[in-house]
Amino acid sequence: MALVSAETLRVDAEPDVVQVRRRVREACASLGFSLVDQTKMVTAASELARNTITYGGGGVLSLQTLNGPRVGIRLTFADKGPGIPDVELAMRDGFTTGSGLGLGLGGAKRLVNEFDISSEPGGGTTVSITRWK
Amino acid sequence: MGDFLLVTIQIDMHDRLAIALQDDLTNTISETEARGVLIDISSLEIVDSFIGRMLANIAAMARVLDAETVVVGMQPAVAITLVELGLSLPGVRTALNVDAGVEMLRASVDGTKGAYGTRLR
Repeated sequence: MALVSAETLRVDAEPDVVQVRRRVREACASLGFSLVDQTKMVTAASELARNTITYGGGGVLSLQTLNGPRVGIRLTFADKGPGIPDVELAMRDGFTTGSGLGLGLGGAKRLVNEFDISSEPGGGTTVSITRWK
Repeated sequence: MGDFLLVTIQIDMHDRLAIALQDDLTNTISETEARGVLIDISSLEIVDSFIGRMLANIAAMARVLDAETVVVGMQPAVAITLVELGLSLPGVRTALNVDAGVEMLRASVDGTKGAYGTRLR
């Protein structure tokens, strides 16, 4: 798999979520994603960026554009927060330990083609999503 | 617009701004005794779970203040994404555009007159 470009963005505070949405939108558009596909990826990114801040205490987004054999975008959100004790439970719609709707993780997964999550208590959380063109 | 408030969201809001809008709007409904609220989101490129919750909250608070809320102008790509995300926007009525939203509000406000008598202003 050929990596075309990579960049990292800090995801520490609320305004960073707006910035993440903007950059992901630009990257999707530059690859020629359809408007619906752009919207799905930007929405998934928005959910995960908010999780990174709310539950992870901030972190980093790595944005990669991929090419060959397939064209796509991979976003990896990594934080050094408290981690998720029960990932399976956290993925379930409606489950939240915060004040949200509990749709962030499960919803983001439905909006992308590939979804990976790794987390351990005390070891932070990394969520990676990929959407192919 | 008579008894209706029209709110047009024109920028990509961060979360605290969305909460501020929710609070401001609730106060304005109370101060103006508006019977209906139209929220035009045609400029919004995404509605994620936070913005969705804000819209549902506004509708719920408005209802307590005896006002109906209609969200108008949702882009098709946003609607498709919302459904896959799993957001159903409970209690939020939608219309394709501002004109259709005004019609909807007029109909529901007129419809409530019979039951409780015409409001005196």
